[in-house]
Amino acid sequence: MRPAPSVILLTTLIGVGQGLFAALYTAQVFDRIGLIQGPTSPVFYPLGCAIALAFLAVGLGASFFHLGRPERAWRAAAMWRTSWLSREVIVLPAFMSCVFLYGMGHYLGWPQHRIVPGVDATLVIGALGIVLCALLFLCTGMIYACLKFLQEWHTPLTVINYLLFGSASGLMLATAYAAIVEPGVVRFFAAWAVGFTLAALVGRGASLVRNARLKPRSTLQTAIGVKHPRIVQSSQGFMGGSFNTREFFHDMSSAWMRSVKWMFLLAVFPIPLALLAAGLLGGVPALLAVAFLVQYAGLLAERWFFFAQANHPQNLYYQRIS
Amino acid sequence: MTQLALVIDLNVCVGCHACVTSCKEWNTSGAAGYLSDDNPYGKDPTGTFFNRVQTFEVGEYPNTQTVHFPKSCLHCEDPPCVPVCPTGASYKRKEDGIVLVDYDKCIGCKYCAWACPYGVREIDEHQHVMTKCTLCVDRVYDQTLPESERKPACVMACPTNARLFGDIHDPESGVSKAIQDNGGYQLMPEWGTHPANHYLPRHKQEIKVREEDLERVDNPLKVDGRLPKPALKSPSLDDVTSW
Amino acid sequence: MNRQTTFPKGEQPGAPPLEEIKTTTCYMCACRCGIRVHLRDGEIRYIDGNPDHPLNQGVICAKGSSGIMKQYSPARLTKPLMRKPGSARGDNEFVEISWEEAFRILEERLARIRSTDPKKFALFTGRDQMQALTGLFARQFGTPNYAAHGGFCSVNMAAGMIYTIGGSFWEFGGPDLERAKLFVMIGTAEDHHSNPLKMAISKFKREGGRFVSINPIRTGYSAIADEWVPIRPGTDGALLLAIIHELLELGLYDRDFLVRYTNAGQLVRLDEKSDQYGLLARDPDADEVNPQYPQNQVWWDRHTNRPVATHTEGADPYLFGSFTLPDGTPVKPSLQLLEERVKRYTPEWAERLTGVSAATIRRLAHEMGVTARDQKVELPIPWTDSWGKEHESVTGNPVAFHAMRGLAAHSNGFHTIRALSILMTLLGTIDRPGGFRHRAPFPRAIPPSAKPPSGPHAVKPNTPLGSLALGWPASPDDLFVDENGGPVRIDKGFSWEYPLSVHGLMHNVITNTWRGDPYRLDTLMIFMANMAWNSTMHTMEVRRMLNDRDESGEYKIPFLVVCDAFQSEMTAFADLLLPDTTYLERHDVMSLLDRPISEFDGPTDAVRVPVFPPKGECKPFQEVLVELASRLKLPAFVRADGSRKFRDYPDFIVNYETEPGSGIGFLAGWRGKGGEKFMLGEPNPRQWEMYAKNNCVFHHQLPLSYQYMRNWNRGYMEWAQRTRIRRFSEPVLIQIYSEVLQRFRLAAQGKWGTRRPPERLRTRIATHFDPLPFYQEPLEAQLTDTNKYPLNAVTQRPMAMYHSWDSQNAWLRQIHAHNYLHVNPRTAKAAGVGDGDWIWVESQWGKVRCMARLSEAVEPGTVWTWNAIGKAPGAWNLAPDANESQRGFLLNHLITEELPGPEATVSNSDPITGQAGWYDVRVRIYKAAADEPHETWPRVQPVAPIPGVEGVRKVWQAFVAGRRIGK
Repeated sequence: MRPAPSVILLTTLIGVGQGLFAALYTAQVFDRIGLIQGPTSPVFYPLGCAIALAFLAVGLGASFFHLGRPERAWRAAAMWRTSWLSREVIVLPAFMSCVFLYGMGHYLGWPQHRIVPGVDATLVIGALGIVLCALLFLCTGMIYACLKFLQEWHTPLTVINYLLFGSASGLMLATAYAAIVEPGVVRFFAAWAVGFTLAALVGRGASLVRNARLKPRSTLQTAIGVKHPRIVQSSQGFMGGSFNTREFFHDMSSAWMRSVKWMFLLAVFPIPLALLAAGLLGGVPALLAVAFLVQYAGLLAERWFFFAQANHPQNLYYQRIS
Repeated sequence: MTQLALVIDLNVCVGCHACVTSCKEWNTSGAAGYLSDDNPYGKDPTGTFFNRVQTFEVGEYPNTQTVHFPKSCLHCEDPPCVPVCPTGASYKRKEDGIVLVDYDKCIGCKYCAWACPYGVREIDEHQHVMTKCTLCVDRVYDQTLPESERKPACVMACPTNARLFGDIHDPESGVSKAIQDNGGYQLMPEWGTHPANHYLPRHKQEIKVREEDLERVDNPLKVDGRLPKPALKSPSLDDVTSW
Repeated sequence: MNRQTTFPKGEQPGAPPLEEIKTTTCYMCACRCGIRVHLRDGEIRYIDGNPDHPLNQGVICAKGSSGIMKQYSPARLTKPLMRKPGSARGDNEFVEISWEEAFRILEERLARIRSTDPKKFALFTGRDQMQALTGLFARQFGTPNYAAHGGFCSVNMAAGMIYTIGGSFWEFGGPDLERAKLFVMIGTAEDHHSNPLKMAISKFKREGGRFVSINPIRTGYSAIADEWVPIRPGTDGALLLAIIHELLELGLYDRDFLVRYTNAGQLVRLDEKSDQYGLLARDPDADEVNPQYPQNQVWWDRHTNRPVATHTEGADPYLFGSFTLPDGTPVKPSLQLLEERVKRYTPEWAERLTGVSAATIRRLAHEMGVTARDQKVELPIPWTDSWGKEHESVTGNPVAFHAMRGLAAHSNGFHTIRALSILMTLLGTIDRPGGFRHRAPFPRAIPPSAKPPSGPHAVKPNTPLGSLALGWPASPDDLFVDENGGPVRIDKGFSWEYPLSVHGLMHNVITNTWRGDPYRLDTLMIFMANMAWNSTMHTMEVRRMLNDRDESGEYKIPFLVVCDAFQSEMTAFADLLLPDTTYLERHDVMSLLDRPISEFDGPTDAVRVPVFPPKGECKPFQEVLVELASRLKLPAFVRADGSRKFRDYPDFIVNYETEPGSGIGFLAGWRGKGGEKFMLGEPNPRQWEMYAKNNCVFHHQLPLSYQYMRNWNRGYMEWAQRTRIRRFSEPVLIQIYSEVLQRFRLAAQGKWGTRRPPERLRTRIATHFDPLPFYQEPLEAQLTDTNKYPLNAVTQRPMAMYHSWDSQNAWLRQIHAHNYLHVNPRTAKAAGVGDGDWIWVESQWGKVRCMARLSEAVEPGTVWTWNAIGKAPGAWNLAPDANESQRGFLLNHLITEELPGPEATVSNSDPITGQAGWYDVRVRIYKAAADEPHETWPRVQPVAPIPGVEGVRKVWQAFVAGRRIGK
């Protein structure tokens, strides 16, 4: 597939937003049940939500660039019964509303008003938000994972990795954010960030290993229905390219693919973890921000690779011109 | 339930591209139009086509087959492009099984194209919507056309009649019989999409000439004395056997 | 598309669009299918095949379906242009002039030439379909320097077969696939008779017929053959002769057919000393019936063992043997001589040349022979033969053949095609069901009776030629030579160099006039031929010649008039450029006087009627000719008082008669005052209207008893004579042994009247004018170190492009935007070439840089590419960086129009017919250096759009029923 920048931005940015929200809510829950000493800054939750919303909004905005007819985007909610994309289109704004309400609630001081003992409105909204957040990961992942003939994507690992990457990057951002606004929860977030980053490493590692061993189910033989060991396309039927040659081929060398793979493996996992450690141990909060930025950049590469590596069976039909 | 489809006979397709441009011609001014062309007179001209003819070489010299292979939307019975569409623009008609795109609903997200293993959907870069073969739905029900012409433009055009059109669910239809009689098959059966369009395979006609066919009583060489009987005096088995 | 909408939405809401259908005839290639142009509010909605047309029965090809994009091509010329004063030819600088000005210039110039030396004006035309008119114009003008493109197309196919069986493929006849069981296609180019052939092959295969394709390359029709027999180019003759060898050896021939319908049993005089040597023995006491086609040949009767007049009731000739006539003349039957000839042409011998195994050759021969013999077709159609014998049925041997340029475009092609015709004859398949069938006006006499002028005296100031410029020589007496045996035509047609050049030699016109050999022209008019690019050999050299000047600074070709509808590579060289119309903007006729679209079952002609008015100032070339002819007062175009006879071309078509009162005109349908007659009849003022009402086609179905065996069918012959299709009604006996060729050989041996070939050509004539087919390597191969240039390079014609014509077509050029050299992987490996590599292809005469494409569907000794995809930058109004000029290439750069001869150069053509030897070139390939630019070579200067041609190229466009969207 040819990776589309809009989709790369969409999936990575909303992942950060989702992860950041999840981090905020986790902190609140842990605080509420007394496992950590919660944030004290009044801006911590509202500002954090604003940042998460900003990521979500920019991601959503980027997605419009993917559309031929963005003015009709609203129609995309119609087919939620069958289409994961449609579901995403519903869940994303719902989730964003929750994040907004959650942040607003904190801003308006709802946590001070318990509905039942120990439970305030933000905790309920946040819980709903977490459910929507998880659903959003599911939708985003399933958009790709449900396409059965894109064998690289057609695995639960796709959903898992979307969740792990989004959470890791959101937690990484949360760590950097906390370092500025609420240093008390830095280590809490850092621990989660490390955990999710390592989990993501396992998840992505697993999908890389899996994909390297995939055997394409479609071949030229099944594509044209001729049973002969040697079939070569001599003409795809047109010479100047078409949608099918532009959308589904990345036109990059395998060497480039290898370097992108190593680049993202380094940028998403060891480097941010090292920067995180250095930041925490060395007491240099700026390094935490760098850790997030490096990991995010790595995620852009990871997402590019995710799309590029997917080998669409339609490509069998578009091999040569003459 | 009706399922309209094309049956493409690879045994007679000569790869002339008549179906490619007749399709473009009909549809650019039809209900599925327009079909734009970029760089029409410049470098790497490219445009929207619903149908392409490809060529494959099978085998090695001298046992090479050249296979011309027309390909357009296969109107799958279980079309993977339909459920993924977020707006419902991509749909399969209940009444005849044609898979269509409602241009008024399409947002151009290309997801349906991703969901199609056959590479038969093309986004029109200037209409910004997904386009595809409509089986000339604006011909096949057009009561103003004579009945014999209520067929897709490609079928009308095809000089070798390699494109058959009809209802594959009707066992009595020409297309159903063609599939049954000639071993019609579907593309990429591994994905369970059940394409409605079928392909008829190549088959080879041979003539068997037996040794005895080459010698006959009525051989004209005899008339001109070119296959003479042996002379009476020439040696024979009779001369050397005594019992 | 809206879910509810199943019909096209009207472009304007409210009033429904006005739908209208006009019929006419396609001209996206030379196939000439009937089309329907569907209009919406007066603009083209679409074009489809006309289901009521006998030729295509509703189908249409890729080109025909893209007619819209030709109509709206940005390369269209729309204004008459004059080379800008002071600019050099080829600079592509023009000024607009009016038609009146253009006609004035032409009239003045041509009148001067006509009143001094008419042959200084030459008219050569490309893929036109109006040779009856262009030929008439030339004849009336008085210049013999006229021909169409047949000389570099497939004249060998026409001549080789017409001199043997009185008909040929394509318009002239074809395989009867409806009844054939075995179909053998040899070296066919896919643009010929394309839709009818595609329809027929498909039907044939579906009905269980077996299709064998003999071709170095497996594309197009060959793709669906049941067996592909790859063969080395130029060796088809060897294969066919070996098959003949095998058939004769096994007796797998149709003896009855040979006896009665061919000259197989006719006795040939073998008295070496006599000047009758090698001619057919004749009975001087018998009536020769027709001196031009004498009927008093002799058989040796088997029953009485003595010579008898052929076709004597009760007689049966020996086909083999050696006899002595009562006067002591040794004689042998023709077939005996053929058998002696092919004795050495064994399958093993052919295997070495063709690359086809002897076993395959034998098997093919057996399949042909046994199928022909054992699967006879019998139709209950009674008929009477030319000798009065009544037959209860028509029978046929169901083996059909088709061949075209692959056999023709070799310098040994004439004899290859003679061999094919003889093979078809031995199998007994001529004009019989399941075999080969003629299309009216064929069969014609062997040779047809029209003759070229016979000497320089035929060309006189202000006088029409006494005959057509082109004809069919029957003996050296019919050659068009001066007293020294030198050529009179500019292309040396009908001279001793190419005696049977029945279609002229367009490929040598520019070279000859440039060199002044035999002389220089004053004005050369080229219609619709891209002589500066793909319709020429040695393209770069020819471009130089077009621009070359003599010592006085005058162009060696002083005045060049080009008429075309599009800005091609040729238009840049014009001094005067005349904008032609497209096929949708003109009247045209597909006339029986020319190359009609007849069906097997009877004569058919067709017309085009304009759907649109001409764009800009475009004018159909026919109108230009009628106007010029009227202004020049050419006799056929003016009344006795010198006043203009025809208002315009449509008026000319209706009212012109070959001779006053002859009743023969360009169109055979709806003649007579009220349209009640056909074939013959008075002019009908409403003839166009009647054609337009009848799908633009006239099709006369012959009675069944006239549809077969027409060479010898008394009923048909009499009908054809009555309708003036034929002058004579004598049977057209198949010439296995060609007496015509022997006459030329006799001349070379000093035994033919007073006409002798010049000394330097004697051996050439004596060798090639062999009355029986023989095999020799193509001329170029004989002059080539084949170790250095081991590969044959040929072109194939893509079915979605017609010559150079469709690169301007936005839809078709997406299918073929540039071309590759297709190479067998083994050959490529040996040359160190990989798929997609930039390579050099080099012949003795030139080289090109291009890209390689590996293919298993090509014989390893052959490389090939699609024809005429490569373009000069900017030509056809393509962007200068368009694929066609950057990555497209022409093979023409590698091909020479002349070969070195012992004394002077000779055309790289068949020595008999002058057929251009396109497919003879030998090449080698090697990888281009890594630092070489990734573009094809040679390169020419880009040309810019000229006045009248759209200056701005669209970034994108779309077409909706006449509305053109885009920017």
